[in-house]
Amino acid sequence: MPSSEKKIEKHRQLRDSIIDSYPAKVGKRRSRHLVVKGEGDEQVEANAKTIPGIITTRGCAFAGCKGVVLGPIKDAVNLVHGPVGCSYYSWLTRRNFARPGESGKNYLQYCVTTDMQEGDIVFGGEKKLMQAIREVKEALDPEAIIVSATCPVGLIGDDIASVAREAEAELGVKVFSANCEGYKGVSQSVGHHIACNALMENVVGSEEPEETTPFDVNIFGEYNIGGDLWNITPLLEKIGYRVLSTYTGDASIHDLARAPRAKLNVLMCHRSINYAAQMFWDRYQLPWLKVNYVGVDETARSLREMARFFEDDGLMARTEEVIAEELERVRSQLDHYRGRLAGRRVMLFVGGSRAHHFQHLCEDLGMEVVLAGYEFAHRDDYEGRQVLSGMSRSSLSKVVQDISYELESGFEPAFSEEELGRKGAALEGSLLDYEGMNAHMKEGALIVDDLNHHETEVLVRELRPDVFCSGIKDKYVVEKMGVPSRQLHSYDYSGPYTGFEGALTFARDMEMAVYTPTTRFMAPPWKKEAPDGDA
Amino acid sequence: MAGNFVSTTNPCRMCRPLGACLAFRGIEDSMVLLHGSQGCSTYMRRYISSHFREPVDIASSSLSEKSAVYGGAESLKRGVKNVVDRYSPRVLGIATTCLTETIGDDVELIIGELLRDEPALREVEIIPVSTPSYSGGHYNGFHDSCVALISRLAQGGPRGDGVNLFPGFLSPADIRHLKDVMDGFGLSAVIIPDISETLDGGIVDSYRRIPAGGTPLEAVRRTGTAAFSLEFSAATPGRQSAALLLKESFSVPAERLPAPIGISYSDRFFQAVSRRAGRPVPEHFARQRERLLDAMVDAHKYLSGKRAAVYGDPDFVLGLSSFLADVGVVPAVIASGGGGREFISELELACAHLEDPPEILTYTDFGEIARAAAASGVDLLVGTSKGNHIARELQVPLMRAGFPIHDRIGGQRMLHVGYAGAMALLDLLTNTIIAGAQDELGYGYSYM
Repeated sequence: MPSSEKKIEKHRQLRDSIIDSYPAKVGKRRSRHLVVKGEGDEQVEANAKTIPGIITTRGCAFAGCKGVVLGPIKDAVNLVHGPVGCSYYSWLTRRNFARPGESGKNYLQYCVTTDMQEGDIVFGGEKKLMQAIREVKEALDPEAIIVSATCPVGLIGDDIASVAREAEAELGVKVFSANCEGYKGVSQSVGHHIACNALMENVVGSEEPEETTPFDVNIFGEYNIGGDLWNITPLLEKIGYRVLSTYTGDASIHDLARAPRAKLNVLMCHRSINYAAQMFWDRYQLPWLKVNYVGVDETARSLREMARFFEDDGLMARTEEVIAEELERVRSQLDHYRGRLAGRRVMLFVGGSRAHHFQHLCEDLGMEVVLAGYEFAHRDDYEGRQVLSGMSRSSLSKVVQDISYELESGFEPAFSEEELGRKGAALEGSLLDYEGMNAHMKEGALIVDDLNHHETEVLVRELRPDVFCSGIKDKYVVEKMGVPSRQLHSYDYSGPYTGFEGALTFARDMEMAVYTPTTRFMAPPWKKEAPDGDA
Repeated sequence: MAGNFVSTTNPCRMCRPLGACLAFRGIEDSMVLLHGSQGCSTYMRRYISSHFREPVDIASSSLSEKSAVYGGAESLKRGVKNVVDRYSPRVLGIATTCLTETIGDDVELIIGELLRDEPALREVEIIPVSTPSYSGGHYNGFHDSCVALISRLAQGGPRGDGVNLFPGFLSPADIRHLKDVMDGFGLSAVIIPDISETLDGGIVDSYRRIPAGGTPLEAVRRTGTAAFSLEFSAATPGRQSAALLLKESFSVPAERLPAPIGISYSDRFFQAVSRRAGRPVPEHFARQRERLLDAMVDAHKYLSGKRAAVYGDPDFVLGLSSFLADVGVVPAVIASGGGGREFISELELACAHLEDPPEILTYTDFGEIARAAAASGVDLLVGTSKGNHIARELQVPLMRAGFPIHDRIGGQRMLHVGYAGAMALLDLLTNTIIAGAQDELGYGYSYM
């Protein structure tokens, strides 16, 4: 198709001009992170070290571990061992929502830290940490205490795992730790892995559910930002599933412990939680299915694939009923928004899964994705999990231990090998697999990994999207450039964006971005009108 | 750290390098680079943006585990080169973090080596500032940076008629107002740092990577020749005073005042400027004071005897407390995440006329503030967004003021200083209390 070839060529030129503007060494490195779909070689260099001095949007290991995965556990207190800042800056900043569960406890509004002082750095902070854990137990009495380390802890050699063990023995409450010092790895991504390991080693399998049902599932990689989970769970329940646990939105530590007894893990955010999903598979032969509840068609597809996994006629019938009912409810409004938004162009730069998930929703609305990229993804998030076998373990992955489990002795998996083989064949590409974002992208679209500030500016100026979807660190830049934005981390206080209802909310937010009356006033009248007699 | 606890629950301060990011932002054509792991710069950008709703670019040396063990010199050098290449700043602040302070990187030495190898970088004023996150808070980092700027850049010379004004960490609207005041007195003032445009800019025709505005480099250099310096730092230790440093280095007379929040402190400020300028207070500001008095008479019927818990940065809280006392609200609990000897003694002076002495909490957290506020029985909270949990718990209104305000818009445009600022605060305070009372009425309400 000549038009797509033209687009490929145009975007290649744009990419090359960005690369040429860098000093040679930087340009060479960045060139492997900027790819045009359809140009042939679409290998995306990802999870590489950020270049110092380039303004990246990436966070650190602590942000991924405590900030993303462990932070949303509502009835545990996250005690941050370190100076005050990291705890403060991660204090509910991801808008994870939670309602108190059976224990009535919810500590998400709390920010607890050892607040290390100079003396702790010099003489060691273990005693202070021990005392802090006692205080948390005494003052808040949570269901668990999770200790996360920030940068200095690893350097001064505080043994937080030993302190946690001692404290657990003394206090009779679950205490465990995560060595997620910020300097580890290249982004928040390594922190996800550290958190998954901590959960597997300390929590998972330590409790049994009171009862099980044939359709127990865990939702993996869903953090209930803006209430996203609360759009998903009712749909699943209406169909007949029971959500045994969520990793980790609105999660109780007890639910996480009981999770191995589910029949299926459905996986939203592949990047952050695939480690745990894989370990569940190895340890309990509990398989995972890649789903996406962002987007109308995608939600329907995900529900259908879940039903196909269970191979249950009743479940399949109810799935179709629910989908039909929901579609009926949202159809006319969706048509309205489609009319308002069709053909509008979007850039998506977010996360390690969202830039893929939201493409579907944009397409539901007739919008075109001209650029998509991840902040902290790995190659498999772009190119699919088949690249994993061919990838050598880079030196960077040494910072986190890859735990490999055997099937736990005495554990009875829900399905036999044969059953799982059959299900796997029926759900090829999504059961224990993920095809990655690139496969979905249109010819000529740009794929950019670890987009930095400079590139954002050039790309927005050249491509002039109608909406730029990203996070708070770049949204004000693009807004200053006259392009509307929408945060896909915190949703700018809006959301939830999941499920059928969430699609409408997102559509409304896209509409307000494109049609805000403010744009009419951008040029002052005295600049618009020619002076008298001059026309 | 609050009460008998060694741990901190819901802190009332941020870490030291964040203050450096704010202060350098007020210097024209400047950038700041945090020497540490990249999470620091990401978290602080995120946080500063959430209050000011502006782009905030902060570079990082992005240290890895290798550099954490062997030192971050190479990463820092590369970081400096890249940020200069991309942003072409005239001033580059380099603030340390807990990571690089713990490993003991000598930033001065590393930069010295870099400038030897890359002479072109000498065009840029590179200003290292030590901001260990495990000591003090963001307000200290702010003052550290002002002191570093002055010690690095100020030059002596024949005494001129310029004025240095070190406002501390106030809002962009405050800085704009202070400029008007100095202009009104016919003074040629240099405000250091000047965040009035750089952290509260408009939509402009063409986007600038480093926003326009800020104190020009040349103006910072000239501070050594000024007629005098004013500094709003009454609650800050002298060793963190840029005005005192100029006095020691270049004999520039220095006057340290409380931030002019409320009528008492504004009177002190206007008096000081008037005396120094040798001119009466301009009519324009005298009228503002008259209107403020008129408003205080109107408002006292709703305010008298109300009790407040007020919290935030030491210098800012000192001003807010004095303002509350000025308008008849009892600052029953006064709290800061920092606050030393100077903070306490100034507060005691400001509250000497109150029947009930306030409970003053220093180096405290919201856990402790909540207990004190509940025990004291307050009618409202005054401070940052971070008090919203306590306000809900105690079921009292929260009047947002200070940094950060991330659950409302307009924090960067709030005016606190001068008579105009006292007026704005008074209206907000009174309406907060009236709305709280009206919301509680079960039978509706009409005009007042």
